[in-house]
Amino acid sequence: MTIASTTELICFLVLSVTLVAGSLGVVLLPNIVYSAFLLGGVFLSVAGLYLLLNASFVAAAQVLVYVGAVNVLILFAIMLVNKKETMAAIPGLLLRRVLSGAVCAGLFALLLRASFTTDWALPGPTPVGEEATIRIGEHLFSDYLLPFELASVLLLMAMIGAIVLARRDVFSSDVITGEPVDQGLIEKARTPLLLEKPALEKTS
Amino acid sequence: MQTFAVVTPGLDLQSSFLDLLDGFGVSQGLAHLLWLPLPMLTVLVSAVVGVLVNVWLERKISAAVQQRIGPEYAGALGILQPMADGLKLLFKEDIIPAKADGLLFTLGPVLVLVPVILSWLVVPFGQNLLISNVGVGVFLWIALSSIQPIGLLMSGYSSNNKYSLLGGLRAAAQSISYEIPLALSVLAIVMMSNSLSTVDIVNQQAGAGIFSWNIWRQPVGFVIFWICVLAECERLPFDLPEAEEELVAGYQTEYAGMKFALFYLGSYINLVLSALLVSVLYLGGWGFPIPVEWLAGLLGQSVDAPLVQVITGSLGIVMTVLKAYLLVFFAILLRWTVPRVRIDQLLDLGWKFLLPVALVNLLVTAALKLAFPGAFGG
Repeated sequence: MTIASTTELICFLVLSVTLVAGSLGVVLLPNIVYSAFLLGGVFLSVAGLYLLLNASFVAAAQVLVYVGAVNVLILFAIMLVNKKETMAAIPGLLLRRVLSGAVCAGLFALLLRASFTTDWALPGPTPVGEEATIRIGEHLFSDYLLPFELASVLLLMAMIGAIVLARRDVFSSDVITGEPVDQGLIEKARTPLLLEKPALEKTS
Repeated sequence: MQTFAVVTPGLDLQSSFLDLLDGFGVSQGLAHLLWLPLPMLTVLVSAVVGVLVNVWLERKISAAVQQRIGPEYAGALGILQPMADGLKLLFKEDIIPAKADGLLFTLGPVLVLVPVILSWLVVPFGQNLLISNVGVGVFLWIALSSIQPIGLLMSGYSSNNKYSLLGGLRAAAQSISYEIPLALSVLAIVMMSNSLSTVDIVNQQAGAGIFSWNIWRQPVGFVIFWICVLAECERLPFDLPEAEEELVAGYQTEYAGMKFALFYLGSYINLVLSALLVSVLYLGGWGFPIPVEWLAGLLGQSVDAPLVQVITGSLGIVMTVLKAYLLVFFAILLRWTVPRVRIDQLLDLGWKFLLPVALVNLLVTAALKLAFPGAFGG
């Protein structure tokens, strides 16, 4: 066994352990902030696995998109609405937990079976290494053009939806309840703090 | 694919080192393993020394701006003052507030510092004078710098202090908003040099000395990049996350001793790193204003001669550092002359001005590349 392959094996083991432990923590920890931070760790170890597979562009994109954008947004949302309130006790919590655990175990068994019965092509195709960026670009603009564009349209729709939900003042009545909009939410015309107040008083 | 056959190999310390060990009969794998820590340590040490220089510059220049003398008793011209600062932080008591979340409180500064140091991986000081010429180069830097806000949010949240939380949230918001114009202006450069690798980007600017630098072809991109980099470093026109008058010290409020020093180190290393990247992307990296090949030809020397290689290699390092510190000087001057923007002005500038301008810049670059493939890297 050469030094390179030993290092690779050690890295793989460490990354896998952090990945599995981290994702279990994301699901099981009661404190949602810890879950969110652990999710970042999980994304990072997935990026590490991509690096081990010689897919450095995918790894960097994974870090940029999932850690830098998705996870930061999740954390942002949690911290902006982080009210310390005690949840009302949910009836039959134990039964719910057992049921969801059973569903997860079933899914896990299915995945295990799929991964053991599939005839994996070993060794896989030779890694393209640095050429990967060019290859990804070619695919995105040829055979994957439609999914790529559809994804961008989907994101645009989500963005417009978020704007509509966040700024109800653009409508005269509330989107959901149909009631007239709370006038307090509508943005006031800006008057500079110090300069124009005397001028305003003179006119009124 | 790559068309840089004309570029001379220059100083290649790694192959020289490996050849030397090979001469002693050391196996190739072991020689490689022995080589690996050397550039990393060099870069780590030079980054920290860069911070010391930076702190001294900041003190001296701010003093000059305010017509003071600044540090003068610790060493000649006060050059030992940053050492004194560092030692003070080292010996200060390390306090974790009673109501803070100890684990996250400790992890936060680490998460802020580590990506910054990792990004030095792609900073080239010469054709072969960098830790690793990874193909994704600048993209790796952008990706790594997006980890930082998580560390800031973490330390802001775990301090259990309203100023810290606000500072952390502001830092994350600022860093997310300015990442987009930053990436777009880098994309214009990448489009011109057909590569993400920092070495290729510098080589593409090597043709005619100072006239082939990207700053002439990308003046708008240069300004956008510089503004965004200042915002990412939280330097003064954009230092809202730690605005003293509003937030005490932002996410650093509860920190003391070595943990505070990690934030301090992180911000200064980030400043030097950003200046280095500006010089790599826009100011020709290690290139001398007059092409070195031309100078060597004038003196009747071959570029491949060992002595010339050593001289050009050192010249490259000096040029990179010189350009970077010139930019650092401007950053410091800006910090001590420009007032702070408000948070709404900051976000307006990022989203409503820089983002559209960066998009237009990208489009214009693409059009120019199609129209004049010779001048804009076809």
